[in-house]
Amino acid sequence: MIELRDVRKVFNEGQHNEYAALSGITLTIEPHRVTALRGPSGSGKTTLLTLIGCLARPTSGRVSLHGRDISGLPERFLTEIRRKTFGFVFQQFNLIKGMSALENIMLPAYPTGRPHKELKLRAASLLERLRLSHRGGAKVEWLSGGEQQRVAIARALINDPEVLIADEPTANLDTALAREFLALLESFGQEGRAVILTSHDPLVVESAAVHRVVDMRDGMVVTR
Amino acid sequence: MKTWLERQRHLIDFTLASLARRKTRNLGLVAVFALLVFVLASVMLFTHALRHEAKAVLRDSPEIILQRLVAGRHDLIPPGYLDTIGRIRGVQSKQGRLWGYYYDAVVKANYTFMVPPEGGIEPGTIVVGPALERERGIAENNGISFRSYNGQLFAFTVARVLPRASELVSADLVLMNEADFRAFFKYPADHYTDIALSVANPLEVRNVANKLANALPDSRPILRDEVQRTYASMFDWREGLMLALLSAAILAFAILAWEKASGLSAEEKREIGILKAVGWETGDVIKMKLWEGGLVSLTAFLLGYVAAYVQVFHCHAPLFEPVLRGWSVIYPRFELAPVIDGLQVATLFFFTVFPYMAAILVPIWRAAVTDPDAVMRA
Repeated sequence: MIELRDVRKVFNEGQHNEYAALSGITLTIEPHRVTALRGPSGSGKTTLLTLIGCLARPTSGRVSLHGRDISGLPERFLTEIRRKTFGFVFQQFNLIKGMSALENIMLPAYPTGRPHKELKLRAASLLERLRLSHRGGAKVEWLSGGEQQRVAIARALINDPEVLIADEPTANLDTALAREFLALLESFGQEGRAVILTSHDPLVVESAAVHRVVDMRDGMVVTR
Repeated sequence: MKTWLERQRHLIDFTLASLARRKTRNLGLVAVFALLVFVLASVMLFTHALRHEAKAVLRDSPEIILQRLVAGRHDLIPPGYLDTIGRIRGVQSKQGRLWGYYYDAVVKANYTFMVPPEGGIEPGTIVVGPALERERGIAENNGISFRSYNGQLFAFTVARVLPRASELVSADLVLMNEADFRAFFKYPADHYTDIALSVANPLEVRNVANKLANALPDSRPILRDEVQRTYASMFDWREGLMLALLSAAILAFAILAWEKASGLSAEEKREIGILKAVGWETGDVIKMKLWEGGLVSLTAFLLGYVAAYVQVFHCHAPLFEPVLRGWSVIYPRFELAPVIDGLQVATLFFFTVFPYMAAILVPIWRAAVTDPDAVMRA
């Protein structure tokens, strides 16, 4: 489904502080499976996620989605692919303060121009599925860490993406909430979504919900 | 089309929610910006209304007024001038006028004494302007006396008070009979203060004025257009003076509004990053922020302009009236006709809303074009 071929990502290219975050990554991500990127801090996990999720372009190499090379597409097309294909759950959740949980969930769907009523119903059903209906009208800063993460997951699912990308999803959760998240992961796999996540939490990478673990070190894939 | 409309609706919804989230900052911006528009619009509306009023008043005045000059100073028109004018082609009618100034030590003010061209005032009576009625506390049928310049006391009965509608030009007016006027000022018989002329063809006014200057070399023809221009320049000058006086305050407010509008807070930059990461295009972000700026500046513009309108036309412009209307002991009280000049509104709009939009555009564009992956690293 997603294929990376000899992908490199260099920051501050040509400057004294040039830094190669990824070197020669070749990797295939299969659909309907949960893939975990594991590695120490600075190993390039998050950078790889940004390339897969069309948040950034590689310095060299190719990233293809369903066989179509997307690494050289202009920003506008990348944005459209990102919106339609990927849903993001960020490590810090990145919810917009001052807005309700429901409004935050609807945000990624605004540029699609879908009717407001339809969006509201979809957001409400996602909240219900994540057992958070009673907090829909609450401002996100009033929610607990676990609730905020569930809002972030609902937001990632509003456009019904094929791929869910989660960066260190359990880093801010206790064990009970992390297990809850793993249960959700399993359900996403069953729905036919691919999930790509980064983690060095053994609870996640050793869980049965994760189908494949890709080990990374110094910007390279060490095991697949 | 429907999708596009829905998108705009979502953008506006988000913009309104975003404005509400930063209430204090945005209300402060609207207040400062509205104050700026209020000051500028008040000065513009008031002077424009005054110009309009002066123009309306002068519309019925004679096309040419002829004055005689001696050593560069205004002097009386001697007998024979009216006959000379009568022979100049193009002159439809001519009328010798009698008027002069009188200083009233009681209220320390100057009045204009005048003999109305149509006559009709009985000997021993006068018709007074509304300001005189107010300042001297007189009414119809009251008696009033004035001491002439040679010390003689003259008593008059007030026959009538002029209507308030004409107060801009009649505030300090005292109309009297010709015989009373000549006796009061010891005016020589058959002499006039000046001559009012009407010309049938408006295109001929300047030619007639040239003929007058040739036929009567010691006279000075004053055209109605020139008077209108003088009034316009006088109000322009006052408007400029007022704006110059206020320029420091206007500039300070403008800088404050610019500074507040053009700076994006760290929170706003973070939000833009999140929106881009979750699938908003750069164009969506810029549109949303432009909606935000447009709503703030338009609301402030409307508030400021409406407040200025109310201040000028309903509250008699207490803040600027003394400077813009002129300096006098007897101020005329008059109702300004509410006039709005479209070009003036457009100019004010262009010089307030556009700079604001320009101020916000650059920082938004800078924030909106940053890579969306930055949000992953926050």
